Amino acid sequence: MHNRVNINVHHVTRVEGHGNIVVNVADGRIETLQWQVPEAPRFFEAMVRERSYEDIQTIVSRICGICSITHSLAATKAVESALGLQVSEQTDKIRILMHYSEQLQSHILHVGYLAAPDFFGVPSVVPLVAIAADVVKTVVRVHRVANEWSDLLAGRTTHPVTLRPGGLTRIPTEKQLRQLKKTLKDTVPDLKIIADAVLSVAANIPKFERQTEYVSLKQTNPPTYSFYHGGITSTDNNGQVIPIERWHEVTNEYVCPQSTAKWTKWHRDCYAVGALARFNNNSELLSPMGKDAAKMFGLKKGCCNPFMNTVAQLVECFHVVEASIVLIDQILSKGLKEEKVTSAPRAGKGAGCVEAPRGILFHEYEFDKDGNCIAADICIPTNQNHANIQKDFEKLLPEILGQSENEIRLKLEMLVRSYDPCISCSTHMLNVQFVR
Amino acid sequence: MDRLRVAIFDFACCEGCQLQIVNLEEEILDLVDAVNVVEWREAMSESSREYDIAIIEGSITRPEDEKRLEIIRTRAKTLIALGACATIGGVNKLKNNFDLTDVKRYVYGKSANMPHLDTAPTKAVDEVVKVDYKIHGCPIDRKEFTYVVRCLLIGKRPEIPEYPVCVECKAKGNPCLWDYGQVCLGPVIRAGCGARCPSSGFRCFGCRGYIDNPNVNAAKDVIERYQLTVDALKSKMVLFGSGQGPTNA
Repeated sequence: MHNRVNINVHHVTRVEGHGNIVVNVADGRIETLQWQVPEAPRFFEAMVRERSYEDIQTIVSRICGICSITHSLAATKAVESALGLQVSEQTDKIRILMHYSEQLQSHILHVGYLAAPDFFGVPSVVPLVAIAADVVKTVVRVHRVANEWSDLLAGRTTHPVTLRPGGLTRIPTEKQLRQLKKTLKDTVPDLKIIADAVLSVAANIPKFERQTEYVSLKQTNPPTYSFYHGGITSTDNNGQVIPIERWHEVTNEYVCPQSTAKWTKWHRDCYAVGALARFNNNSELLSPMGKDAAKMFGLKKGCCNPFMNTVAQLVECFHVVEASIVLIDQILSKGLKEEKVTSAPRAGKGAGCVEAPRGILFHEYEFDKDGNCIAADICIPTNQNHANIQKDFEKLLPEILGQSENEIRLKLEMLVRSYDPCISCSTHMLNVQFVR
Repeated sequence: MDRLRVAIFDFACCEGCQLQIVNLEEEILDLVDAVNVVEWREAMSESSREYDIAIIEGSITRPEDEKRLEIIRTRAKTLIALGACATIGGVNKLKNNFDLTDVKRYVYGKSANMPHLDTAPTKAVDEVVKVDYKIHGCPIDRKEFTYVVRCLLIGKRPEIPEYPVCVECKAKGNPCLWDYGQVCLGPVIRAGCGARCPSSGFRCFGCRGYIDNPNVNAAKDVIERYQLTVDALKSKMVLFGSGQGPTNA
């Protein structure tokens, strides 16, 4: 065991946003071990006040460039709930199809560009091109498919412009949807290439386990591996699902005594959200290819190795592609029709909840009779994971204290990256005190 | 010839403009061959203290970030502001329409006075340091990004459109969204985006900033013709246009 370890990772690389890791070990005793988030706060909830209900999603999609469709969908659902707007079945299905495109885009970005370099032992994707050019090109190809898919349905790859309260400004043509279906079928072999490559280095995924609570959406009617509809559940909630309007009962933001940081907890002192949480709550509802991918990596319900979140994302890539092919068939079988979208302001309050690629996301807004926003509350997935990351650190560090400082640093960084944190999302950043 | 050393830095933003660089897909492999990327925290673990081109994403919202930006400026021969947060302040400037004490209290409640939550009025990059080039948009247009980089590689000044979005929108044959009751900022916003939003049936909300000499009289005519109020127009202009400075570099 080392007597003295001093690690100060200022701004962890290959994550979205800014986070620091601080470790001080003196005389073999851990004095400081903290996951810190120094991202400049942006105050979205204060900024949307006085803005029209029509403009909310345009503003809040800018919370995150990687999950902008997710933020826009959560906001649009919340606005529709507040204003009592119903959307058609066609709108609902196209939105879900749009949402799937972002899951694939974000997951492939994380698995291929941000996490894979760790498994291959290189500092970034650039040297990876020299080691595994074909695999990198496959990752790029799938990433492009996902982006073109977003582009088709959202009007742009980032920050969608087809969503509006009550419906969509534009729908794809049947021909475009048939082409998309073909493209997605052609993507399956590429996903298999990526899965094989990750499997070949899966031995480098650290073996670490810590029991925790996993929180995600759960849709029971009809039973679906859901990213979009349903209520909130957790591995500690005995299969019970609570309506999304009661999301504050889940997040229970609290001040952490050791760091004055505000984190979230439900049944225990921390919980995890993201692909592994969705898998642990819904894995029996995965598509056949999603189940096969899970089997390939030995990923089973109840897995509590946070490093396996990256594998769960890969499993979900197969699932969203397969689920989208089914969804496109459903949309085409009913025939596409132009729909007139109307909305009118009224006073009201509403919540919207969807799964971001990195975990469950909550938006809530209140409007006056003219449809201007008077209150907003947003809770993003990465903030829900901060306490869990800290607790993982506290179990992991003593287990690896015998390793070199570089090894320790890498493992802690890999742990943070495995959560695929999206720190610039952080609307509610109440972070840790700097102790030195 | 040595390849130009390029570093990419992010400040307060969603990092969606960096993502557009990643979204170049196959082209990015050629790009990293043509230049020497020496620092890019979101994608790489390496860092550097010298660079020919610094690309700045995000707006500046804290005194310590102003200092960091000033240091980057001293190390960079050329500095590019990337995306609306950097070029005009973007949605982050909505904050400046409120009292900042109120803004902090609204989001952080009784913890609002903790030092790390301190915030200053949002600034665009050129309100802090000299900016050589601006790549507009929220997010940026990938083609425009590679065009500007290509120009810099051959030592040519990039040409950015000096006409409004309406020009590109009309050329695409889109129906005018004003006729559909939408308050669209196309008449006063700088083109170069290919009128992406109006082409999807969504009003232009001004992410590329105002053109240098907007035709104010024409805008007044439009307001009159569609019987709209200046307030309705202002409520849309405020999204990306709060306290906006000049948009040419």
